[in-house]
Amino acid sequence: MAPKRPPKRPAARAAAPAAAPAPARPTARPAPPDVLVRVRGLSFHRGRRAIFDRIDLDIPRGMVTAIMGPSGTGKTTLLKLIGGQLRPSAGTVAVDGKDIHALRTGELYALRKRMGMLFQTGALLTDLDVFENVAYPLREHTKLSESMIRKLVLLKLEAVGLRGARDLMPSELSGGMARRVALARAIALDPMMIMYDEPFTGQDPISMGVLVQLIRRLNDAAHLTSVVVSHDVAETAAIADYVYVIADGRVIDRGPPAKVQASGSAWTRQFMQGLPDGPVPFHYPAPSLATDLLPAWGAAAA
Amino acid sequence: MNAVLDWLAALGRAGLGALERLGRGHLLLLGILAGLGPLARRPGLLLQQMNSVGVRSVLIIAVSGIFVGMVLGLQGHYILSRFGAEATLGVMVAASLVRELGPVVTALLFAGRAGSALTAEIGLMKATEQLSGLEMMAVNPVYRVLTPRFLAGFLSMPLLAAMFSALGVWGGWFVGVGLLGVDDGTYWSQMQAKIDLHEDIQNGVVKSLVFGFVCSWIAIFQGYDCVPTSEGVSRATTKTVVHSALAVLGLDFVLTALMFGK
Repeated sequence: MAPKRPPKRPAARAAAPAAAPAPARPTARPAPPDVLVRVRGLSFHRGRRAIFDRIDLDIPRGMVTAIMGPSGTGKTTLLKLIGGQLRPSAGTVAVDGKDIHALRTGELYALRKRMGMLFQTGALLTDLDVFENVAYPLREHTKLSESMIRKLVLLKLEAVGLRGARDLMPSELSGGMARRVALARAIALDPMMIMYDEPFTGQDPISMGVLVQLIRRLNDAAHLTSVVVSHDVAETAAIADYVYVIADGRVIDRGPPAKVQASGSAWTRQFMQGLPDGPVPFHYPAPSLATDLLPAWGAAAA
Repeated sequence: MNAVLDWLAALGRAGLGALERLGRGHLLLLGILAGLGPLARRPGLLLQQMNSVGVRSVLIIAVSGIFVGMVLGLQGHYILSRFGAEATLGVMVAASLVRELGPVVTALLFAGRAGSALTAEIGLMKATEQLSGLEMMAVNPVYRVLTPRFLAGFLSMPLLAAMFSALGVWGGWFVGVGLLGVDDGTYWSQMQAKIDLHEDIQNGVVKSLVFGFVCSWIAIFQGYDCVPTSEGVSRATTKTVVHSALAVLGLDFVLTALMFGK
């Protein structure tokens, strides 16, 4: 019987220094204190398709970090990997120094109490009204008195401007209001970080402006760390301190918003400026139009 | 040759897929059963679901029970009167209901009313990320959402079946005694003398408990395992009704053979 090989450790790649100057790059030393989420050598596959191929990235503590990229590049998947809802094929995700995929269920849930997540749809519980939705994590995880829960819920709703909507049901809310309620619920337990999954999608300009301001204001006022996944370039760049651009399973650009927007990369330029053609082709791969329309001509040409 | 190989490969894939789903279903069941302990500390969740799954099914069960009993009364009287045996109408109606029709028809109606609703509700919670939202709030969705619904279905079924049978017996009495002239005392006394607590009633309760377990499990698994799109939820709901009906009818034969096949 052949001797067992030691398992490949993605951390070996993680230990290699990376190129970008900020945030902190991979080193063999312990994580510097200003990095809240440290992703190293992360790979994730759906079937045979690689969604991520050994990516490294750091989410600095106290900042708004944007993860941008076109639809279908796995931005939401990345948030689920950071939240421990999905397991990577390889690599590690450390949140506040803890490898989230190595935690026991109890430890994972304890860590999640310190992480808020705003889902694309809001994910409000449809059988509970606005007040009860925001009170839900407080009732589940604390033994606060009813009067204290009431005060906290009203304060959280005040922070998102929806104290007056406390008695409405989720079906009575607009998309923007639902996301603000979900945001109030996400901050109910005063988490250390909040992950926003496409918070601006489908919003009218007013709702979008409100959400943009809320994300920035909450981050600064409550000393949070925010991770915003989005493909809305202008809105996200306006509030982000640091930007990662993801495509084809790799991090193709990173840096402060101004640096990324001025990037020389053709791919980044196409994405940031919304150009219809470029490295991401306008046409889905197909045989030539002539072959499709005139099969005989195509055969003769071949 | 290639067509045969393709067919064999497709057959293998389908078989592996079915086994995989069976495995996921059993793992989910283990998770649901593990949630019974935490649920004992929050009985309000169970009562809420008993209302949703059980109480809201009462109308369809009650109306169906009455009509099935009335039809049994009519058909039974028609046949028994040929042999001058109308006096045994009460026994025939009660035995048919308590042994077979009560548990089976209740389970089929339960799958159509409550099972499909459970699947659709859980499937939509998945599609609208409510289950993911619970996970990210450090709340186990299996314990919080699935276990109360499963237990509510399991406990509701024998109660609903008992109601179905009781109302069916009354429906049979209404037709037999009230409309066709069977003697009132004979109807009840024959039933009292011939229906056995263990042989008939207890076996019927066991059947309805088994059907409640299986129907609730199928409904919850289909909802939890569905593709989170409108089409996926729709397919899952259909599967719940079809799989539950087949499981109930198949299990009914097995249970009947075990209980009465001496």
